[in-house]
Amino acid sequence: MPLTVDKRYRYLYKPLVFIACLIPLGWALGGILAPSGLLPPLPLFDLGADPVRKVLGIVGKTTLNLLLITLAVTPLRQITGNGNLIRLRRMLGVFAFFYACLHFLVYLGPFQAFSWDAIVKDIVKRPYITLGFTALLMLIPLAATSTNAMMRRLKRRWQTLHRLIYPIAILGVWHYWWQVKQDIREPLIYASILAVLLGWRLWQWQQRRVTTSKSAPPTAPEKT
Amino acid sequence: MLIRKPADIRPSEITPEAVYLDRRRIIAGLLGAGAASVLPAASPPPLAALKYTRNAGFSITEKPNTFEEISTYNNFYEFGTDKSDPAANAHTLKPRPWSVEIAGEAEVKGKFDLEDILKPHALEERIYRFRCVEAWSMVIPWVGFPLSDLIKRFKPTSRAKYVEFTTLVDRQQMPGQRSRILDWPYVEGLRIDEAMHPLTLMAVGLYGRELPNQNGAPLRLMAPWKYGFKNGKSIVKISFTEQQPKNTWNVMAPNEYGFYANVNPRVDHPRWSQASERRIGEGFFAQRHETLMFNGYADQVASLYQGMDLRRNF
Repeated sequence: MPLTVDKRYRYLYKPLVFIACLIPLGWALGGILAPSGLLPPLPLFDLGADPVRKVLGIVGKTTLNLLLITLAVTPLRQITGNGNLIRLRRMLGVFAFFYACLHFLVYLGPFQAFSWDAIVKDIVKRPYITLGFTALLMLIPLAATSTNAMMRRLKRRWQTLHRLIYPIAILGVWHYWWQVKQDIREPLIYASILAVLLGWRLWQWQQRRVTTSKSAPPTAPEKT
Repeated sequence: MLIRKPADIRPSEITPEAVYLDRRRIIAGLLGAGAASVLPAASPPPLAALKYTRNAGFSITEKPNTFEEISTYNNFYEFGTDKSDPAANAHTLKPRPWSVEIAGEAEVKGKFDLEDILKPHALEERIYRFRCVEAWSMVIPWVGFPLSDLIKRFKPTSRAKYVEFTTLVDRQQMPGQRSRILDWPYVEGLRIDEAMHPLTLMAVGLYGRELPNQNGAPLRLMAPWKYGFKNGKSIVKISFTEQQPKNTWNVMAPNEYGFYANVNPRVDHPRWSQASERRIGEGFFAQRHETLMFNGYADQVASLYQGMDLRRNF
């Protein structure tokens, strides 16, 4: 007997997505633990001469990747007509928050060695860090309201609140763009994908407005 | 002391020979695959050992970074913008035969074979601090000779106020130059008194051997009180000028990179602090190091900048 959609998501797709989301963490942890001899020195676990920067990059880019994948769920649903994809979105979004927190922790500890004075100065004075930190703060209410109970409690306001994901994604990509020294090719790729994902929504919104205004009766007679 | 008699091993517990041989083959296969992915397809010729003396007076006593760290973590955009790119791509550079053009305000000019450039100079090892503008640092045992000795041979005229260093342009040898990340060739420069300073080294080696390509073979500059980018690599031209050279990073982003680029913990990069640095190789949970004025060489070089506003001349 074929599995129902419910069961396929619960026992197959969701666990697979969950494991896939943990791969970057495994990579980073493997790289951190390999020099201590706890793990075999596989080439994959060689994070190079500057493991701190490498891990910061791995978890940072994973955050961006997950934000973009989360934003791609709705367009994919509409294009493929497979409404069930929405069942994966919460996990992707919460993982984006998880990696954003890890990115911040790696910055606080290994990168800044918990030098609070320097950290506060960075957040206030360095525009790209201010951007990243703002995005992280904005992710907190989204993660906090990601449960079914909160969705029910907030009703329509839940959707309004979760539109914060658009400015968060923009800030995240901007944060990345602003910290590269000269080679903006990779941030440009992120920005282009984000532009497509947000542009698609603008276009949809425009379409809906056009169709509703066409079908609506004229509200006021034209002045002559 | 009680010595226990070993328990008899039952025949069923002994692994048949065919099985354990097979197991060994699998493990060997795994190891082989691992090693193959680490080694480059064609390993480069070993770097020749150099004849040199240690110059303790010009060396710091901090522990040098490993050869591995120094030769795999490089900013050398001619071979790619990732720090691991130069080590992966620089095998295409041919550091021999090499020639260096001497030009501009000097009595002796022309194109010289590298061997003629190097011949009169005795090599020495100096262990210098290295501070990147990106707020990381290393300790590096360079082999080279004072730039001032080289400059004197070409008799710069009184109009020679600056020295300009140009890096090779060759898209075949330097694949990173196929993209226009920077305005090639890479140009750097020093004021003539900076160039003549005894600390300023023309480096030709690292850890007692010739420079690896990714570290700027065959000839690179090393002024240890300045941020790393000031030190031109794979130099093909040295030019004496009256005007201040237009150094590449200054041209690309004038508000972020100046001409002087002296290490200065009190003058931040617009996007990050220069007050402290991360020492490469100290592991994942290391403390940061305070950045020292002029990278710790203030006693020797501060007088070069007397009366100058270092905030403006960053």
